[in-house]
Amino acid sequence: MSANGHSSEAGANGYTKNEIMIVASARTLAAERICFVGVGLPNIVCNLAQRTVAPELQLVYEAGVFGARPSRLPLSIGDPTLVSGSTAVTSMFELFAFYLQAGLIDAAFLGGAQIDRFGNLNTTVIGDYARPKVRLPGSGGACEIAIHARRILVIMRQARRSFVDELDFRTSPGHSGDPEHDRARGWSGSGPTSVVTDLGTYGFDERTGEMTLLTLHAGVTLDDVRANMAWEPKVAEGLGETAPPTEEELRLLRTELDPDGVLTA
Amino acid sequence: MSKLATMRDAVAELVRDGDTVAIEGFTHLICFAAGHEIVRQRKRDLTLARLTPDVIYDQMIGAGVARKLIFSWLGNPGVGSLHAVRRRIEKADPEPLEIEEYSHFGMVCRYVAGASNLPFFPIRSYYESDIPKVNPNIKPMRSPYDDGDEVYVVPPLTPDVTIVHAQRATANGDTQIWGLLGCQKEAAFAAERVIVVCEEVVDEAVVRRDPNRTAIPGIVVDAVVEQPFACHPSYAQGYYDRDNAFYREWEQVSKDPEALERWLEEWVYGLETHADYVEKMGDRWESLKPGEQRSGEVNYGDYS
Repeated sequence: MSANGHSSEAGANGYTKNEIMIVASARTLAAERICFVGVGLPNIVCNLAQRTVAPELQLVYEAGVFGARPSRLPLSIGDPTLVSGSTAVTSMFELFAFYLQAGLIDAAFLGGAQIDRFGNLNTTVIGDYARPKVRLPGSGGACEIAIHARRILVIMRQARRSFVDELDFRTSPGHSGDPEHDRARGWSGSGPTSVVTDLGTYGFDERTGEMTLLTLHAGVTLDDVRANMAWEPKVAEGLGETAPPTEEELRLLRTELDPDGVLTA
Repeated sequence: MSKLATMRDAVAELVRDGDTVAIEGFTHLICFAAGHEIVRQRKRDLTLARLTPDVIYDQMIGAGVARKLIFSWLGNPGVGSLHAVRRRIEKADPEPLEIEEYSHFGMVCRYVAGASNLPFFPIRSYYESDIPKVNPNIKPMRSPYDDGDEVYVVPPLTPDVTIVHAQRATANGDTQIWGLLGCQKEAAFAAERVIVVCEEVVDEAVVRRDPNRTAIPGIVVDAVVEQPFACHPSYAQGYYDRDNAFYREWEQVSKDPEALERWLEEWVYGLETHADYVEKMGDRWESLKPGEQRSGEVNYGDYS
């Protein structure tokens, strides 16, 4: 069982909720060139995209790797397989200053324990900062990635405790709710443009900066979505169904990228 | 001049109670053996700095060597939490742990400022984030050239001791690294004292044949310790793989204070040196041995 109580077994559709989440997320990278990759799900998403919709995709890791060609699915973002055969290995200063801060990164994946309707993210604490109920990892590179990557793609499982009205802590800034303000920020990044969960996919309304439900995964209802978030979601006109995984996508996930089912099961 | 030392002597002489200690290395080249020696010698009241505290600081903090942690990402990468650290932060169990946190870029630039003898370093980060609210050392600053351009600045970090691991070094401390570079160089130059631990001590001629690979020069190094496999369960590119199974297994050890104490007893206090640890690991090393993928050679030219 996953955190929000949905079964993670391959359902009647012949694929798991994690598989549709990974596949839908990989498709948001279509034709993208330079992507900052994070640990866990983003790792497999980017590796799937490189083999399907974005063959030119350059994988960038904050550990200081540009143009990685991992020969196995790395557990950490500092795995030795990222180095062997990559285009460049840099110091972390170079990676953050010359590649990220200078605006060379097209897309980046972020996730968190909490997200609000404008795509702000909390990866720091649940509860009070000084005496937290749960101490989370903190920023890592997320705060500067959120500011500088041209667009931010979010992948996280959906639940009422994680899709919240108000964050306990804002680690990484998303949209402010005032598009005028957001344009005046002068950041190279334009903030989050997509959120993919185990229930559906979301975009962000250009006029309000608010998360908007675009598609539901097969078998998921609007009520399921409502039950797993703290606010009443905006829903796109002509709400669609997420296109199911193709045989090729499933083959890549199951036989090449994650044969042990670590992330897909 | 030879700076060769045993791990025991290097730690005894160069790491002092109350010091700020940075054992750097981003996933790669994390010198666990040095952390274990600090635990074994029961150093106290340390301020530990690292971007990613990782399992090494979970072990050290669990063993009670530290009173403060400076960091930017607190977790067991790809696995979960550092429970010994979390117990101290969330429940002050068995005692409180002071924390000072940044983002990765902020931490890297603290070392850059320290290494460059600068009073602060400006970065474009922390805008509209709550991080500066809980860390007053991160301050906004207007550009002196453009009043409309605001950056955040971070203060220099100058550890009393930085400990880095490398694939090879000379007895004098000229140190060569390949694979992920992290911010080992910056942390070493920023420090008052530097211990280099390496897989192999090599002749100066080896270094001189490939000077582009030198990350840290001997002039900033105080001690050189030859200690093969000193990074386990972290790794040394080309020498041994990351022991991901160990990182996964740590989750259960770290969750239970008694299991953690038993682990420290068995693998740290109960052993005299890291060589004993390597031997005790037995045939685990076989599964961590990578295949070969050699770099091409370049021509530096002979100008005699």
